[in-house]
Formats: sequence, C-alpha cells, structure tokens
Amino acid sequence: MRYLPLSDADRSDMLRLVGASTIDELFRDVPGEARLHGPIAGLPMHASEMAVERHMMALSRRNMVASDVPFFLGCGAYKHHIPASVDHIIQRGEFLTSYTPYQPEIAQGTLQMMFEFQTQVARLFGCEVANASMYDGSTAMWEAILMAHRITRRKKTVISSGVHPHYVSVAKTMAKFTEDALDTALPELVAETDVERLIGQIDGETSAVVVQYPDILGRIADLAPIAEAVHSAGGLLIAVVTEPVALGMIRSPGEMGADIVVGEGQSIGVGLQFGGPYVGLFACREKHVRQMPGRLAGETVDAEGKRGFVLTLSTREQHIRREKATSNICTSSVLCALAFTAHLTLLGEEGLRQLASVNHARACEAAERLAAIPGVELVNDSFFNEFTLKLPIEARPAVHAMVERGVLGGVSLGRLYPGIEGLQNGLVVAVTETATNEDIDALEAKLKEVVR
Amino acid sequence: MTVNPSGWRPTQPSNDAIADGHTVTGNRALMLEEPLIFEIGSTEQTGVDFDHGLPTTPKSSRLGGLERNRAIGLPGLSEAEAVRHYTRLSRQNYAIDLGLFPLGSCTMKHNPRLNEKVARFPGFADVHPLQPQETVQGALAVISELAVWLLELTGMYGVAMSPKAGAHGELCGLLCIRAALEARGDAREVVLVPESAHGTNPATAAFAGYRVENIPANEAGRVDLDALKARLGPDVAAVMITNPNTCGLFEPDMKAISDAVHGAGGFVYCDGANFNAIVGKVRPGDLGIDAMHINLHKTFSTPHGGGGPGSGPVVLSQALSPFGPLPFVARHGDGTFRLVEEENASEEHPHAFGRMVAFHGQMGMFTRALAYILSHGADGLKQVAEDAVLNANYILRSLEDVLDAPFAKSGPCMHEALFSDKGFADDVNTLDLAKALIDEGFHPMTMYFPLVVHGAMLVEPTETESKASLDQFIAAVRSIAERAKAGDESLKAAPVYAPRRRLDETLAARKPILTYREAQAAQAAE
Repeated sequence: MRYLPLSDADRSDMLRLVGASTIDELFRDVPGEARLHGPIAGLPMHASEMAVERHMMALSRRNMVASDVPFFLGCGAYKHHIPASVDHIIQRGEFLTSYTPYQPEIAQGTLQMMFEFQTQVARLFGCEVANASMYDGSTAMWEAILMAHRITRRKKTVISSGVHPHYVSVAKTMAKFTEDALDTALPELVAETDVERLIGQIDGETSAVVVQYPDILGRIADLAPIAEAVHSAGGLLIAVVTEPVALGMIRSPGEMGADIVVGEGQSIGVGLQFGGPYVGLFACREKHVRQMPGRLAGETVDAEGKRGFVLTLSTREQHIRREKATSNICTSSVLCALAFTAHLTLLGEEGLRQLASVNHARACEAAERLAAIPGVELVNDSFFNEFTLKLPIEARPAVHAMVERGVLGGVSLGRLYPGIEGLQNGLVVAVTETATNEDIDALEAKLKEVVR
Repeated sequence: MTVNPSGWRPTQPSNDAIADGHTVTGNRALMLEEPLIFEIGSTEQTGVDFDHGLPTTPKSSRLGGLERNRAIGLPGLSEAEAVRHYTRLSRQNYAIDLGLFPLGSCTMKHNPRLNEKVARFPGFADVHPLQPQETVQGALAVISELAVWLLELTGMYGVAMSPKAGAHGELCGLLCIRAALEARGDAREVVLVPESAHGTNPATAAFAGYRVENIPANEAGRVDLDALKARLGPDVAAVMITNPNTCGLFEPDMKAISDAVHGAGGFVYCDGANFNAIVGKVRPGDLGIDAMHINLHKTFSTPHGGGGPGSGPVVLSQALSPFGPLPFVARHGDGTFRLVEEENASEEHPHAFGRMVAFHGQMGMFTRALAYILSHGADGLKQVAEDAVLNANYILRSLEDVLDAPFAKSGPCMHEALFSDKGFADDVNTLDLAKALIDEGFHPMTMYFPLVVHGAMLVEPTETESKASLDQFIAAVRSIAERAKAGDESLKAAPVYAPRRRLDETLAARKPILTYREAQAAQAAE
C-alpha cells in the first residue's frame, strides 16, 4: 500500500513493544461477534495509482464539461475564469494540508490570509466585519436568520420571493425545527421585485427581512427603502449575494442599510465543481459581532511585540460554549476562502471593476439579441450578468433540446420551481466574461431553433 | 593564490544588528516577514488582463440606477507579487506535508496527490450543479459509487451525502431522528451527550432544538452504562456517542447502550470523527447505531485546508433512512442515475425532512474520497485502521513512563493516546509542553480536550507516520516531559524558533481588530 510507511518488520517490532502478539489484541474492546475477520467481502482490493486514475477519468468523461460548450448557467453558481496562480496557491502543501489554526505561532499563514479575507469581504459587502467563511451561501443565509433572531429576540422572518429557492428550502427545513416563522412567496415573471410586498409584511414581530441582490431572476432593486421600513419596526435587513462579482459595479448592500450581508463566494476563485465545495460569506455590523457564527481571525501581538493573528472571540463557538454556542459550525471552508482572497487580490479593485464591466456588457449584448428572437421576451429592466427570458414554450424541454444541440443554454425555472404555474416558461441566462462571441451566436441560433 | 573549489568565501564579521538577532528587514534568512495586502497593494494595480476588444463599458447600463458610486478599497497585486505574498505566508504554516501533526480527533494523515489531480479533471471540476441530469451522469455515478462504499464499510442502510462537514452531518442525523419521532407522534425534548463529547455534539443538539443533558463517564473512561440506563425515558430522543470515544477508547458496551436506548424508544447517534480507528475492522451498523456522520476530511483524507472544506455524509439505519434529506442520487435499472429533488420527492421519498444545502454536497471532496478508497481497497482500509491503532499504542507505551496516561492501565487505546500534565512541576502545564514541541518541529497534540481529563493531551499519529517519525516525536516529548517535571522555566518562553512567539489572545479578544483599517494602522505607526 503506497500510502502506508510501516513495513511488516516495523509492525512486529512495534507489536512486541506494546506487548501484543497480534494486531487483534489491540482491538480487544471490540466485541468478538462484531469484529470483522479479513477484508469486507465483495469489495475490491487496493489499486494502483494508474488504475484509479483511469477509473476516475472514465467517470469524469460521462459529464458534459462547461468549458467545452457554449455555457450560460448561473442561479447561484457562476463560471468565471480563474487565474492559474490561484490553483497553484491553494495547492501549496502548507495551506492545503494544514489544520484549523489552533496553534497560532505556526499558523500565521492561514491566520493572516483569513484576516485579509475578512477585510475584503467586509469592504465588498459594505459592512464593518466579516467572518472567515461558512459552508456555502445557503447555510450562511440560515445562520444569518438565526443571528437576527438572537439579536432581535423575534422569530418572524420575511423572505423575498427573489431569494434562490434552494436557499429558501434550506431555511424552511431548518425553521421546522427551531419554530421560526418564515413568510415566503414565489417570484413572478415581471420586471419589478417584491419590494412592496416585503414592506407590507413588516410588523412589530419581524426579526428580519431577507432580500437577494441581484435576485434569482437577475433583477436589481434598491434595498434602502426596505432597510428603512424594517429598521423603523425594530428588525434587521439581511441581504444575500450569490454573484459577488456584481459588486464591482453596483452599490454594496451594506451602504444601502443591510445589517447582515451573506453570500456565496464561489464566483471568485472557486470552480463550479458540481455544487461544492463553495465558500459562504458572512458580514455584519461590528456591534453585532458577538452574535456572529463562525471563525474569526483577529490582530494581536506576540511576546516580542510583533504583530500577529489569532482565532478570536471563541467564546461564541461550540468548542468553548458547547450547547450555548452561536452555531454548531466547526470546519468551514478556509481553502476556498483562500482561493477567493487570492483571486480578489489578483483582480484588485480595478480588475474587479473591469471584470464586472465585461460581464455586464456581455450580458447586455446577449439580452438584446435573445430578446429579439420572435416570441422571446426579456423579463428584466435591470440586471448585472444574469437575466430571465420568457419563452413562448416551457423552458425545461427547451434546455434539453439545446443540450442535444451542444449548448448549455441556461437554467429553466421549471427546474427550480417544478410545477409552479406562471414560471414554467422562464429561462435564466447568465453571461460572464467566459462567453465568446461565438458562444452567444450559438445560443441565439439554438434558442431560435428550439422555440420555433 | 589558493582558490577554494567549493566557492565558499569567508564573510565579513557580522554587524551589530545581526549580532543582536535583528536584521534591517525583520527577515531571518528563509523566515520571511510578509505585510498585509493592504500595505503592499494598490487599488489601481491588477494581476489580471482581459481580452483585447472585449467591451468594458456597455453601450447602455441596465443596473437599475444602482451604479457603485464610491470606492471599495480592494488592493490588487501583480501576479508576481501575489504569488510571492501567498508563498511567503504559506511558509509560516505548519502542515502534514512538513511533519507529524498529531492533533487528536482530527486525523491529520497524508493527503495523496492523486486525489488532487482527479478532483481537477474538467469532467468533475468544471460542471455546473444545475446542468440537466443527462449531462452529469458521471458526477452522479461518483456520488453513488462513494455512497455504496460508505454503506458497505459501515453496514448501514442509507446515506445522506449532502452535509458539508462533520457538525453539519450531526445536524442531519439529529434532524432525521427528530423527523422519525415526529412521524410517530412522539415529541421528545432531550438529547444525552457524554461529558467527553466534542463541542459540536451539544451545540448541534441545541441547534436542532433539543435540551442537552450530560451523561457521566466511569473510571475506565467509558460511558457509565448504569447511569445512562437510569436516565433513559420517554423524554430522551437520542443519545450521541463518540465511538471510539474522545479518550481514545472503544466503547465495549456499545451494543448494550444501543439496545437500552432503543428499548426506551430513542435513537443512537454516533459521532464518526474517530472512524479511522475502526474502518474495515467493525461496522457501526452491527453495533445498533442509527446514524453516524463520516468526516471525509478525516478518515478518507480529503485535505483540511486550514479549516475546511470538509464533507460529512451521514449513514442511516433502516428506521431513519426514510427521513433523510434531499437531494439524493437514485439508480435506474439501466445503470443511469437520477436526482431525487423536491419535485419528485413526493413519489420517491415522501418523508424527507427537507434540504440542508443549495446543491448536492461537497462534490470536490467526493471525488477525492473515492480515489482514496479505491486506492486502498477493502484490504488497505483495514490496514489503515490497524496501523493507526498500532502507531497510537506505540506512542502510548513509549511515553507512559514519563507522562501520566490516565487510562493506559485499562488496556490498549484505539487510534489516539491520551495523556495529562499530572506530575509536571506546579507552574508548568500542557500548554508549555505543546509550545515546546513547536520548537522541536512538531505540531502539538490536541490540548485540554477531552474536558474530562485535567490538562489533557490527545495524540493521534495516524497510519501515515513511519516508525522513525514516531521515534523522533517520542524522543522530543520525553525530553520536554522531563523538563516539565523538573520545573524548567525556559518552557514558559517556548516557542522560540517559530515565526511568532506566544501571541496575546486576551488582547485579541478584549479589543477585537477583525479587519484592516488604514486610519488605525496609521495611528499605530505614529
């Protein structure tokens, strides 16, 4: 076995030292009737590196690769170009194979990177502080709802119809067990978001309003009126960002009054990977930091007065507070946070602005061309790099028909909202810097064919 | 004249600064100081170029009038600078690639690089989670193949693959239990957790809406079966057991515990963090366990990455499987796969408790774990457990004469050896030994956990350490332990050779500085 350093001679020497004649003597606490004798029957034995690689390669070839075809999927996961150096950096063994930085003297690399990440996320979201990552955007959103509930001591949350339906589904699942009341609604294929509904639902019991920005259909709406309404009722505004690249061009939720801003960081530095691992982003106001979940790196000094970083405010966390912790989260998504921070450092503000501009310009061009197809309507007035089309036919079969023609043409709302009347003809199209002119030509041509 | 063939030249005598241990730059040869990106980057600099001819200003903006109107404050670096920044930072980290990393309960084993390669195949890395199912059959096959292995290795009935890490898996298991109890109209309020449990266990139980009560351990470091039985009753929803437990011991009464819990109408949750000790040796399903998470980032070697990503699939008994979360992968008769999601759940999986994550779980970890499992095979995985347990016992027996080992007399340990600082001089403790180990080039063991042992030191060497590596570690610990007993004050100063001396954690918590602020930094510099 290529990964196991002990030789048989080592094993017998060591058994002698520990005073056992067979390895099974060390397993004597395992009841005899439960102990397995020999390898589990029916399973393959160990395999060479070459054999495993071959097997995995064969499995991988059964997937359609996003970069091999004209590709326009979004809805919470975005295909952006990732600089080669990002993958190199996260494969440095000192990052890849280190643990949660419990021993700060020999973990300054991870701790400083966390501190830089926290600062970047806070600034991008327009907040004062951010944590060192959550599992993903959907779990970050639920944690934000719980955090608001701890701060306001209220249990009613109003969720915008523009929030990703999977995120809403996660929140609904969890709320069943915590008895939080969630006020949810389904989106409509119209240009306006549900700002008015949200404001109308706020009352003195409202802990928080949750709004996605840009929303699931790609629409962008000012959060300030919602912030004002919920604040005057003593509640909080939670904003969810699933495409942080947008913030290179549009106002941050924090500056529009959001109290907690969470998001999915995948689109900066992290590949699509069929949905995970991704990286949850979590930022808030400084005055609420002690109610925040997750790890935090903080600045301090060492015994010689040199600047250094440590994990801090751990009294919020499960390993200290146990059942009284702000969350049960332990392992988060630090390596993906490293990819995020390295990519954002390579971009810098100027690069992020340019990247966002290219995305928006590309999307504007595609939207205009697709909306010119007879029978196809553009739902959005506003969007960043993702917009919704209303097709003359159901979008789900249209997506499959485009796949047969070699184009991954978008996400059908039928996939996200199966069976919901009024949404079945919706197709959400994301256009990033990775879409070439030829890709947009292909999408236009194939969509034209399939809606004919 | 004589020429030195090696090229060596005598250097100038050291200047005063270097003689003091200080250099102009603050660097010490390969130990390089690195500023923050906010101190070296600028918002105009970038390390990314865009294609020529790409429109960077759209003809008309569709941003709803919400164009950004103030700066963000994100510094950029050229690629050359960025690579150097992160490489310099990386060198301030200890890692399993550098040496023994014996953090108890964390299973820091070698991360095979084949797994990194495989996870980066475009067919896995570059696939969108919402692609039509006919375009992701390979991804679904990976999930299904890994699921089958996990079921075979644990002897369980079903598996939920989507939880993102261990604690998330615990939550999944408890929610299955809650759903199962609610389905039979049986509202129960209490979850019992041993005092020695990981902090995530009580935190998870509280997160799932339960009240947590402790169950005591007996003198041999095991769950006190009589005390447990006495506490069981119609209000107890579940017992969360870690097996092997956090004292590094197998719970020999596990089956009796399970029977007692089931007899009282409750369920048994097993924290699978320590599965590395028993993989291929005993199957949790044969011990009456109803739910157990498996940390793929522990037993199956997906890299820890400085604190994640993890992955925490949960294996379930027949009683709990109907309640497992969405989505999951099902196999058609013809060998193709389909996702069971909200839309088809009512026919295929009507009792699902809901959804835990946006997409399908940690695909990038599934590919790595599957490559790891296939590489080892049934024979190799059994060997993993045996070598992990042998290495831990070797450490236990090599150190029990110099370090207090509270449960050593009760027999062999499993994959981790537990010691304490009993017998150290009055003012020397576990923390000092740990910090001195840093100077010796090792990552310290888990300190002050489990809580049931005062000054605990939990050592988990894993199976990927050679005997020579263990011997070097043993020699270092022996020497430090002897100094600790003799009251060697110099231990208080350790570490001396690390990139930083001991850091002031109290200051960090009292006046939290959690983000970089230019104004504060300028003030501090004055």
